[in-house]
Amino acid sequence: MRSETRLFGGALAMIAAATIVMVVLPYFQLHDVKPPAGLHPYTSAQLRGRQEYIRQGCIYCHSQQPRDRAQAPDAQRGWGRASVAADYFYDSPHLLGTMRTGPDLFNIGARQPSLDWHLGHLYQPRAFVPGSIMPSFPYLFEVKLKAEPGDRVVTLPPSFAPAQGVVVARPAALDLVSYLVSLDHTYPLAASDTGP
Amino acid sequence: MNPVVILLPAFLISLVALAVFIWSMHRGVFGHDPAGARVIFTAHEVGHTEEPAAPSASRAALQSLVNAKTGQLELLDDDELLQRAHADRSSATVTFVFLSCAIGWLILGSFAGLTASIKLHNPDWLASYEWLTFGRIRTIHLNAVVYGWTSMAGFGLAMWMLPRLLKTPLQGRRFALLGAVLWNAGLIAGIGSLAAGMAGGLEWLEIPWQVGLLLVAGGALIGIPLLLTLARRTVDHLYVSVWYVGAALFWFPILYLVAKMPGVHFGVEQATMNWWYGHNVLGYFFTPLAQASIYYFLPKVIGRPIQSYGLSLLGFWTQAFFYGQVGGHHLIGGPVPTWLITLSIVQSIMMIVPVVAFATNYAATLKGYWETLLYSPTLRFIALGSVMYVLVSLQGTVEALRSVNTITHFTHFTVAHAHLGMYAFVTLTFFGSIYFVMPRVVEREWPYPRLIAAHFWLVVIGMLVYIVALSIGGWLQGLAMLDAARPFMDSVKTTIPWLEARSVGGALMTAGHLVFAAHFLLMVAALGPERSRPALFGLGPEMDHA
Repeated sequence: MRSETRLFGGALAMIAAATIVMVVLPYFQLHDVKPPAGLHPYTSAQLRGRQEYIRQGCIYCHSQQPRDRAQAPDAQRGWGRASVAADYFYDSPHLLGTMRTGPDLFNIGARQPSLDWHLGHLYQPRAFVPGSIMPSFPYLFEVKLKAEPGDRVVTLPPSFAPAQGVVVARPAALDLVSYLVSLDHTYPLAASDTGP
Repeated sequence: MNPVVILLPAFLISLVALAVFIWSMHRGVFGHDPAGARVIFTAHEVGHTEEPAAPSASRAALQSLVNAKTGQLELLDDDELLQRAHADRSSATVTFVFLSCAIGWLILGSFAGLTASIKLHNPDWLASYEWLTFGRIRTIHLNAVVYGWTSMAGFGLAMWMLPRLLKTPLQGRRFALLGAVLWNAGLIAGIGSLAAGMAGGLEWLEIPWQVGLLLVAGGALIGIPLLLTLARRTVDHLYVSVWYVGAALFWFPILYLVAKMPGVHFGVEQATMNWWYGHNVLGYFFTPLAQASIYYFLPKVIGRPIQSYGLSLLGFWTQAFFYGQVGGHHLIGGPVPTWLITLSIVQSIMMIVPVVAFATNYAATLKGYWETLLYSPTLRFIALGSVMYVLVSLQGTVEALRSVNTITHFTHFTVAHAHLGMYAFVTLTFFGSIYFVMPRVVEREWPYPRLIAAHFWLVVIGMLVYIVALSIGGWLQGLAMLDAARPFMDSVKTTIPWLEARSVGGALMTAGHLVFAAHFLLMVAALGPERSRPALFGLGPEMDHA
């Protein structure tokens, strides 16, 4: 039995060491972090939109973690100051992301607050950003002959508009856009927010 | 927290641990006895090659090559060979089930990956199908190849190696089969959920936790045969492959369970946990399973024990320690505690220790034997896969350096790196191992050796095109993004030709997988020319030369 004991005992020790430094210590270090004064909880529409962001897999091309000026020109691109742990107080699950096939979105709401722009851009990104490789999301919209009362009509450049009728946003698109424009972490940080 | 308070002790502990291991190796605490390396051979078997994947002419050529090195062969012990034949038979059904499922998932995962790849340069292609949108089909690809193909191939090979390594029939096969059922059920439900948009939101952990429990239960069940067979072993010494398999099967359920615990993780802590998992599922599961295969099949094919048994164990323990703590390098520049990033960078650099241990051992074992690659399909895949392990690990170390990471982070370079690891290293190794194992499982030879060659060249050329193109594209993308004078769209446009090349590489790899799957089906269905069945089976090809 000696070999088995060494094997499983050693394996347990190794994974325990890894878990302590990468999960347990961050857990205790970060669990008293308070939200900054300028950060607001998500509204229910924004939370639904956040879920839509996950459902469409936006995270696989967009990060939400601007880097420090000293490391990269993220701030010069208008992506905002370097984020701190407190900025993510209301975020569950985290959506930090690992790719920038598209730009960082942590402050997209400050950079591009127009609902019209976002709706049109989701319907057909290439209508607004030539050369974009973002997927279009036609299934988040409906093409109708005529808008009905309460419909949110999407404004599109004529060459991208349907030959007949109007493009109307479905609720999922409206939620997603309300989440996107809520992404604004440009508020100033107090000294206590920058902690760890 | 002052980073020095954490870092300095961690670094010192690493060094002390390393010294202790080297010392204990020297003192034989971990079985320094070189006899340990011979455990996988029967009496007098060293010098006898075993290569069930090769046709008889190649087998003879392989053996005469090795004869030239080792001289006169001795007679083998019939009882021991009979025992091995029994061991092989005991695992056949379980291994067959796992490998068949694995190949099914490989095909699905390949087409999902190819679709995602094409969409990245043709974004309006199939845009009206929600389940095929890039964010979903890419995730389906990852989960199908990672939890479908790689995991199940690894399980199947582990179940096949265990009775041989422990010299006893596989025990508790029902648990493994039930585990396979649960694992597949979890994966089918999981991938269905992903297609429907029900994703957890964390990379590598997208399968909803309610479904993920099936993977935990399945993985735990698959571990039971390991424990039962260990209890009945007739060998005294546990060969290094047993260490790798044992640790991998032990680690996976823990990793997945901790990561999936609902309501525990929050905000940035969840991000550090995410990359603790994302990197350790590689270092604690796929890498050890692939290394177990390398350490078994490579010496077995050429009939030569690994050169330094002590080095192999040093590699095992240093890798288990250092690899576990490198995940933070995925968050360099992110809003996580600085000490954690620095620690991960330090441990990424320390990964050089196990990698050099492995590389030295590998080169020393194959030294003078390189020509055997000409005759052994198994070895061609495994030898190349081993080189890729060294490359991907050293590349990982370099990528973790802050200056390099600033360029490659957030770009396709990382995607190329991931494929160098999970494909060029793990998948090639598994392909080679399956070529060795399947003739023993179905007691029939691979019907068309040319299809093995076609598979090899398609996937090797495809993967080279894929990795080289995407690495260049990713690097240029990173440089463009770092130049504040260039608009962001420059970083997108720069990558397009390289993304197109990646699709070509991916298509070649997919074609290779179709050849592999077709050949597998032909073999299982007993279609194709009849070959030297009796010589190969029963007591093994060694008897030809004895």
